Amino acid sequence: MVLLLAAVSFITFTLFQLGPSDPAAAACGQECTPERVAEARVALGMDQPFFVQYIDYMRGLFSPRMIGAPGAQTLCEWPCLGKSFQTNESVADIIARSLPYTFSMAIGALILWTITGVGLGLLAALRKGSPVDKFIVGAASVGVSLPIPVTGLFLLLLFVNQLHLLPFTTNEINSPFGPQGPGAWVANYLLPWIALAVLFSASYIRVTRTNMIETFGEDFIRTARAKGLAPRTVTFKHGVRAGITPVVTMLGMDIGLLLGGAVLTEQIFSVPGLGFTAVHAAISGDLPVTMAITMLAAFFVIVANVVVDLAYAAIDPRVRLQ
Amino acid sequence: MKRAQALTQLQSIEPNTGSPPPTPATSPEGKAAAPAEARSLLATAWMRIRRSKIALLSLCVVVAIMLFAILAPVLSAMSGNDPFTSNTSPEVLDDFQTPGLPLPGYMYPSDEHWLGVEPGLGRDLFARLAYGGQVSLTIALLSTAVSVVLGTVLGAAAGYFGGKTDAVISRIMDLFLAFPHLLLVLSLTPILQSRLRDTPLGEGSFLPMASLVIILGFFGWAYLARIVRGQVLSLREREFVEAARSFGASHLSVLFRQIIPNVMGVVLVYATMLIPTNISAEAALSFLGVGVKDPTPSWGQMLNAAQSGNWYLSDPWFLAVPGVMLIVTVLAFNLLGDAVRDALDPKASRH
Repeated sequence: MVLLLAAVSFITFTLFQLGPSDPAAAACGQECTPERVAEARVALGMDQPFFVQYIDYMRGLFSPRMIGAPGAQTLCEWPCLGKSFQTNESVADIIARSLPYTFSMAIGALILWTITGVGLGLLAALRKGSPVDKFIVGAASVGVSLPIPVTGLFLLLLFVNQLHLLPFTTNEINSPFGPQGPGAWVANYLLPWIALAVLFSASYIRVTRTNMIETFGEDFIRTARAKGLAPRTVTFKHGVRAGITPVVTMLGMDIGLLLGGAVLTEQIFSVPGLGFTAVHAAISGDLPVTMAITMLAAFFVIVANVVVDLAYAAIDPRVRLQ
Repeated sequence: MKRAQALTQLQSIEPNTGSPPPTPATSPEGKAAAPAEARSLLATAWMRIRRSKIALLSLCVVVAIMLFAILAPVLSAMSGNDPFTSNTSPEVLDDFQTPGLPLPGYMYPSDEHWLGVEPGLGRDLFARLAYGGQVSLTIALLSTAVSVVLGTVLGAAAGYFGGKTDAVISRIMDLFLAFPHLLLVLSLTPILQSRLRDTPLGEGSFLPMASLVIILGFFGWAYLARIVRGQVLSLREREFVEAARSFGASHLSVLFRQIIPNVMGVVLVYATMLIPTNISAEAALSFLGVGVKDPTPSWGQMLNAAQSGNWYLSDPWFLAVPGVMLIVTVLAFNLLGDAVRDALDPKASRH
């Protein structure tokens, strides 16, 4: 895992450093004389060989370091991810500021889509072949095809603009424990949660349904039934516990993905989380910011992978880690 | 009965279902069967698709959308409009209450403008939708093609050669799968565009299309490669591969003439499923402002236009046109993908 993380950081760094024709010119802005580009180059450490730059960057993840042109160096506090080209603010600060918004988005959406996805999937599996099943499967096919920009804008149009049921999302609320209280927090993030949940729960319905149908057909379920256990016990204690593992995998991966920022949803609802910050940094060519967010997001995905493996053993008694 | 029949057909394209029944016409073994194999693959898919109403309907919708995009110049000429001419005269767009909003006669479909006009610039929506479809579908299809070629060749090479080749390619696949897709694509697209600007690919409206094709294609192959690799691992132990080798065929020839034709079933399934993903990805990127940009139309660019300046609040129709088009297209491709998968890869549908 450490190796994978190192590889991911190295590749991201390479892609971003080799990418633009001249990051120094991008950093320096529109009105830039050749002398100032050269200064910017030194200030960014770009006069150094490539590997030195990479090692310097990685060192910043573990200890504070000095960045900037010789003579005009400033201390970049730990964890140092460089400074924004645009605002000269520490990238770590920008990320720390965005994280609560992304967490707020992720938590609610996650709960919402897990409950609806697994619940409906289970219901469809139990009523396999019935109209209820067909309806749920049909809804899932449609749900998986709804692009977030369309659903998100439609939800805003309907609930905020036409029905006036919910407020437009504001930047002031980023935690349920803030001064506005949990109610305002839910009202603020409900629409982004729904927009995300529509898309995600559709695939959870499909995966839950197929896996539960498969599990219910297995021998140990028949044994449990033959022993005379209550249908509820068979379904939940035996069936769900064994059939849910693929859903846990998906959930783990999606949590990892979502913590890196729900790019589209944050953009539509103007929630200044990681994804929103990344979009604006990408458009304005603010390399240190996009690079750091991409690395962080990849980090979340990789950690999620490991957590999923551990969770397997806890849920499914048939899987035990050696 | 029906099921058994279907399974017999399927075994001709499903390489790891044990020893195939002796059906001489579609036997996957032997060199001469390779072209016949490819044909029987599509024929099998078609036979199964024809039986399902939903699959047939989605196929019709997909064909209709393709025709709509291909015939964009003809259709917009018939309607008497083009996607770039702007008309901001006070007879078309409101000048007082909400400046730029189309007047009632121009906002919604009419004889003159089949889908109404855009707020702000007063361009014809029908022509933009049709030409936008051309751009969106071209990007989606080409990037899928890039991913499919990369995924098939790399996956097959990893599975066939094994050892170090496999180790290297598999690690690269793991890496690609670990990256957060949209985020990386999003941040690399502007970078790639600035790189391509001085090359022949960087001319005008061609630049965003080329960069999206390259980026989406380059980041979409890993999953397919993993599947192909798994199939090839069992395929390479089969007798016909050994037979070809003992005839003196080179590794490359075995790879391209024996192995790859036999995994085309799986490849076709994942290609069909990759297309809607790429359509959505183009829409997402253009919506975020890093993909196709005005004045070039694409469905994502039209969504972007609907959101910018909050036009969708005063003119919901402007959001509905590209939005519904996008949903219908993605849904049709998704349903078609499901049908192709059920027809060619019954194992996957059960998981």
